[in-house]
Amino acid sequence: MCTVCGCGAGETKIEGEGHAHEHVHADGTVHSHAHGHDHDHHHAHGAAAAAAHEHSHHHADGTVHSHPHVHQGEHVHEHAHAHGIGGDLDFGAGPARAHAPGLSQSRMVQIEQDILAKNNTYADANRRAFDERGIFALNLVSSPGSGKTTLLVKTIELLRDKVAIAVVEGDQQTSNDAERIRATGVPALQINTGKGCHLDGHMVGHAIERLKPADGSLFLIENVGNLVCPAAFDLGEHHKVAILSVTEGEDKPLKYPDMFRAADVMLLNKCDLLPHLDFDADLAEANARRVNPDLTVFRVSATRGEGMSAWVDWITAGLVAQGARRAESVDALKARIAELERQLAAR
Amino acid sequence: MHEMSLAAGVLQLVEETAVREGAQQVKLVVLEIGRLSSVEPEALRFCFAAVTHGTIAQDAALEIIDIPGAGTCLACGATVPMTEQWGECPACGGSFLQPNAGTEMRVREIEIE
Repeated sequence: MCTVCGCGAGETKIEGEGHAHEHVHADGTVHSHAHGHDHDHHHAHGAAAAAAHEHSHHHADGTVHSHPHVHQGEHVHEHAHAHGIGGDLDFGAGPARAHAPGLSQSRMVQIEQDILAKNNTYADANRRAFDERGIFALNLVSSPGSGKTTLLVKTIELLRDKVAIAVVEGDQQTSNDAERIRATGVPALQINTGKGCHLDGHMVGHAIERLKPADGSLFLIENVGNLVCPAAFDLGEHHKVAILSVTEGEDKPLKYPDMFRAADVMLLNKCDLLPHLDFDADLAEANARRVNPDLTVFRVSATRGEGMSAWVDWITAGLVAQGARRAESVDALKARIAELERQLAAR
Repeated sequence: MHEMSLAAGVLQLVEETAVREGAQQVKLVVLEIGRLSSVEPEALRFCFAAVTHGTIAQDAALEIIDIPGAGTCLACGATVPMTEQWGECPACGGSFLQPNAGTEMRVREIEIE
């Protein structure tokens, strides 16, 4: 369940992962049966010293998959308190701060975990996978109807000859958006969140495995249209990009500050409509910067193409930086190997 | 924010820990909730009682440690108290404040037996 708004889980559908078929036989008998596709799926999260556990998932179709997790930072401290004969009696320092007589079996267990810790572990694994392969990942967030998919299609058209692109589309229902993206010639995977209102790190981890994005490619995630919950869920992207269209209100960044704080970039879309509206673009930008002073803003019109070159240049710069970072880490690894080999040879 | 589901998230962490520790009952749950986290503590208390009903954490006391918001003014460098995720610096009037405390949403510890 979404810990932000309480929307349901368990109805998430990733295209191609488990589907029902209906057969009609010649005699008119109809039978349907579900297929599940087994997916082995290993996450290695965090340091080896952290606590590890394995758990299994049972899918509705009977498929079971298990995967071990190592959670970083999930350290459990126990300290039992004995209040028996022979021990010191110290009621004031009791673990519950309000000890009742006769309840001496209790003990405190420290959890020290963020309520969203599970998601963050998946997101960290995704980010590592992106960084190791020099992939630049963006998470596009907005209200429904701000023009995210049109903007994505235009961005892809401007970039597809220069860089490999893969797209994840999140919606509650339908695969319409993924089909629009596929029409541009790049691979796209639809995730239907069912009752869910946002994508989470685990869903995107599966999407990476399915899409197998190329080294040095651009990975675009179109989140579910919602300005509240996706702000709290890290997917492992390098930047959240918030899209605000000029047919909305200038005060939206003030009404939904969490999202505009979480984003690094804001695209002010549908700017071609400005002459027909009372929308004050400067005020919208100023409101967004009140909430997030570091925000980079681009004014664009996805349908007319105005302002798109600056946005595309920003993506290209991100791809170059990501490639350089990867080269650096490869060089650092090579240097480390050379150093270890030198030490071995010296023995 | 939507405290009902946040309470469900807390319960999930509490239940996992309680089962792993072989607890019979959870008596106390201690949370750290920052004032800038968009969580309404009173609503969370109400929802916590509702979602824990019939679970190992039924009747557990809920202690919410309130963490005041604080941030750094990017203009003058002062550390200032904050009541929202954004605001004006009381020292220099600058409007660029970077929160560095008060955004916590954590389960700190539980008491079990």
